[in-house]
Amino acid sequence: MFTAITHSQIYVLDQDEALDFYVGKLDLEVNTDVSLGFMRWLTVNVPGHPDRQILLEKPGPPALSEETAEQVRELLTKGAMGGHLIFTTDDCRKTYEKLLGRGVEFTEEPTERPYGIDCGLRDPFGNSIRFTQPKE
Amino acid sequence: MSRAAEESNRRMLRARDAMDRGYAQPLDVPALARIAHVSQAHFTRTFRATFGETPHRYLQRRRVERAMFLLRETDRSVTDICFQVGFGSPGTFSRTFRDIVGLSPRSYRRAAVTAPVPTCFTMAWTRPNG
Repeated sequence: MFTAITHSQIYVLDQDEALDFYVGKLDLEVNTDVSLGFMRWLTVNVPGHPDRQILLEKPGPPALSEETAEQVRELLTKGAMGGHLIFTTDDCRKTYEKLLGRGVEFTEEPTERPYGIDCGLRDPFGNSIRFTQPKE
Repeated sequence: MSRAAEESNRRMLRARDAMDRGYAQPLDVPALARIAHVSQAHFTRTFRATFGETPHRYLQRRRVERAMFLLRETDRSVTDICFQVGFGSPGTFSRTFRDIVGLSPRSYRRAAVTAPVPTCFTMAWTRPNG
């Protein structure tokens, strides 16, 4: 049957702003950035792991009607679109400090969990992100 | 839906995130309105229109959800937990907890089971509707 997950998708309001955040702040790398004419196919991945891409998709026509795209944008900015990303880090507190220094705002500080240490933040649009340092 | 409404949503979400993060602090409407960069008069009404409940109720549910977590996962006393999650008195805590969860903190603790899923999901899904 299946052997891997290669692509996951989240909605963003603005793809340039998304790049500033995901690449500029979180240090992900651009996998593919290509205009298909009617849409910009933009994916990023964790450095060294191009086998797992995240598509940063802007809701709009022709995929969605203007009206539906507006509903998506509304849910996104309410933090209700889903779009959860959970990253693994080898040092949650260090990553947290580094990103704080870059002006990233967190929704939760690094905290001990049964499964490791993790912290939470949002991207500029409302998608929820976590970094987990798994328990040894 | 205009850009202005999206901006308003993001401001309300920012204030809601502040409650999720700083639930143990004394958060009042003036403080939250400052975080959202809106006037106090607008804040409660807009928050309710955006998320379907008042900021006060949201904060209470967040505090109760954290209390449920601590009751499940730790041995701390109910009184310690009450203050740790930001309630001012054990009486208010017990009343609010029972009102939202339908059980007293002690009954909840006896019945609780641990959920082995990431915290962002337990936070969203084990928060009682009240």
